[in-house]
Amino acid sequence: MVYLTRKAEFAASHYYHNPDFTAEENQRIFGKCNNPNGHGHNYTLEVTVKGEVDPRSGFVVDLKQLKEVLNREVLDAMDHRFLNKEVPEFSARIPTTENLAIAIWQRLVSKLNKAQLHRVRVYETPDLFVDFYGEA
Amino acid sequence: MKAHLTRRYMFSASHRLHSDAMSEAENAATYGKCNNPYGHGHNYALEVTVSGAVDESTGMVCNLVDLDGFVQREILQRFDLENLNTHEEFLRSVPTTENLCTAIYDILQRGFTLAHLDKVRIEETMMNSFEYAGGAEIGP
Repeated sequence: MVYLTRKAEFAASHYYHNPDFTAEENQRIFGKCNNPNGHGHNYTLEVTVKGEVDPRSGFVVDLKQLKEVLNREVLDAMDHRFLNKEVPEFSARIPTTENLAIAIWQRLVSKLNKAQLHRVRVYETPDLFVDFYGEA
Repeated sequence: MKAHLTRRYMFSASHRLHSDAMSEAENAATYGKCNNPYGHGHNYALEVTVSGAVDESTGMVCNLVDLDGFVQREILQRFDLENLNTHEEFLRSVPTTENLCTAIYDILQRGFTLAHLDKVRIEETMMNSFEYAGGAEIGP
């Protein structure tokens, strides 16, 4: 089994707010991230796939196909977007880095052929990242 | 849905690698430049990984404010700009980055109860890093 990681970057804005919380609760739990006008990050995404090396091509995965899927499913949908308002997953779910990693996994998992998705890692800043392995 | 969250912190500290159980010659042979009696320092990068179910109402594994507060209080205030050899954690062990990893893991494991602690990873320099997961294999 060989693991291959492809990296991509995108910039997006978001804010954290739960309509079931009071204004005070939202402020206490989410702090500055609760500002309804949003704020932005340069996200770094690392997608790791795994598989056996094809003896004829020497590839674990067709990198071109992986790049196309990443561009179509993630970057076209999220780059330079306001996540809360423009990405359907976040109309009723808070766009934390945790939920972003889960949403990206769900967008990719059925679209990859041959290689199996192993891990989605999303860096919100160089000091903070979330890993999702598809665990329930 | 279970996710793993990693937060990175920086601190600077000095240490000297020296074992009372070894002769001077053995210490010099084992630790080389790190055995200099005056000690020397590093800028350490600490990564703490915690995991758990993503809370439906907050979208979080745990609130970063709580994790940052705990690490600030219990780890950074204890070790930042300090000489590690003078700390109780290293009275009976050499402050290698391996032992620093296990000491910090133990502090988090004992005191931080708001998420499951997966592992601690420390970069001593850009060229080396150490990981400890309480003796468990490192993985998802």
